[in-house]
Amino acid sequence: MNHRIQNIIDLIVVLTQKEMKVRYKSSFLGYLWSIANPLAFALVFFIAFKIVMRIEMENYTLFLIAGLFPWQWFSNSVNISPMVFLGNASIIKKVNFPRSVIPFTIVLQDMIHFILSIPVIVLFLFIYQKSPSLSWFYGIPLLMIVQFLMTFGVSLMVSSVNLFFRDLERLTSIFVTLFFYFTPIIYPETMIPETYKPFINFNPLTPLVISWRNLFLKGTLEPFYLFISFFYSILVFVLGYQVYRKLSWRFAEIL
Amino acid sequence: MSEPIIIFDHVSKSYPLYHHITGGIKNFLFHLPKALSSTKNSRYEVLKDISFETYKGETLGIIGKNGVGKSTTLGLIAGVLKPSKGKVVVRGRISPLLELGGGFHPELTGKENIMLNGVLLGLTRNQVKSKMDEIIEFSGLGDFIYQPIRTYSSGMYARLGFSVIAHLDPEILLIDEVLAVGDIEFQKKCLNKMMGFKKSGVTMVFVSHSMEDVERICDRVIWIDHHQIKRMGMPEEVLLNYS
Repeated sequence: MNHRIQNIIDLIVVLTQKEMKVRYKSSFLGYLWSIANPLAFALVFFIAFKIVMRIEMENYTLFLIAGLFPWQWFSNSVNISPMVFLGNASIIKKVNFPRSVIPFTIVLQDMIHFILSIPVIVLFLFIYQKSPSLSWFYGIPLLMIVQFLMTFGVSLMVSSVNLFFRDLERLTSIFVTLFFYFTPIIYPETMIPETYKPFINFNPLTPLVISWRNLFLKGTLEPFYLFISFFYSILVFVLGYQVYRKLSWRFAEIL
Repeated sequence: MSEPIIIFDHVSKSYPLYHHITGGIKNFLFHLPKALSSTKNSRYEVLKDISFETYKGETLGIIGKNGVGKSTTLGLIAGVLKPSKGKVVVRGRISPLLELGGGFHPELTGKENIMLNGVLLGLTRNQVKSKMDEIIEFSGLGDFIYQPIRTYSSGMYARLGFSVIAHLDPEILLIDEVLAVGDIEFQKKCLNKMMGFKKSGVTMVFVSHSMEDVERICDRVIWIDHHQIKRMGMPEEVLLNYS
């Protein structure tokens, strides 16, 4: 039994190393690419909303970055999920290892990229004459657990179901884009009109993104938002895992 | 010849015909009633009522034409497929020899791929590390082992794959028609290694189209035809009737 657990841990380590090696073949450029994307988005939204539409907000760049980096983790993992089992068809058909390690590694490596991008957030804080807060020491790990569970749950669901409905891939990217605009990432939750405000917490990602941003910008972690995001993440994870469990024994049949 | 290691007890395997749903959600919703009934009713039977046993140290050959269910049988032994009817019992650790390129990543070096393959097949990192030199030695790939394997030829892939599996201390070895690619010298090396496994009591299931190899290695042969066992017995007597 011990051997089995050790094997699964090693499997995760080796698969993650593989992904990182492939991605960071030329190490520095690889790192640059993983932060270039959210930074480019930040630039686009800055031009569109701050310069063209003249949104009344100070430190808008910083505001954007604090929300875009965690979002990038979620959306990268989810967008690639439909492909993860398809891409490993040959091993899934032959070897009986726990298939969930594949989406697990995907979410894990995007989490590592997120951690590596935190210095960029710090850099921008300094540019705006602010500084990181001590609350990051418990806040970041806590929110990372919440986001990991949520992302892994969605990833399990999407990757499993996509084997049976192969056009889910397209729907996934549409939904990710929709959720991006429904979640207060490029605008603050305070700007949402009163009529719609009661609904904002129906979006499971809203409390999480708000928590991240408050933590990065103000160093605060509101128990209310933390609690609902935790509740959502467990719900999503359990749901995703159930879907995976129900379907996983058919993977080798359908691939 | 003590207790059986692999038992197939009246095993049938049928797949639903998935094409209605692999057409995507759009198709599924537009043809909902038809799609629902087809997932329930249209099934494709790959194996019908198969029963056999394999004992420790035995080498079992499976022969038959393409598409009669040989690979499905291996899938059932490996535990990646579940039988629709009947029972499959397997006692021991299974090492399937992966098809060309399966479980390998083209951008990683041969050495890194040995590690990847080893953990995928159920070993821990330390176990793979301790065997690394032996595996590299056996593969005969020399300095190529430090090159990304996208530069390898298909024969070199096969060498790498077999070398990994040959050093995993397998209990049950599943080999699906992969030895045909290497050069003659390496094929000989593989056959020798398999003979060595036989002596040390490894149970092997060997799917092949090479009657010569089957006759040389196997203790018993199953001939699958039209999804059923047509004949089972000593290699000489099964192969005599096989065409």
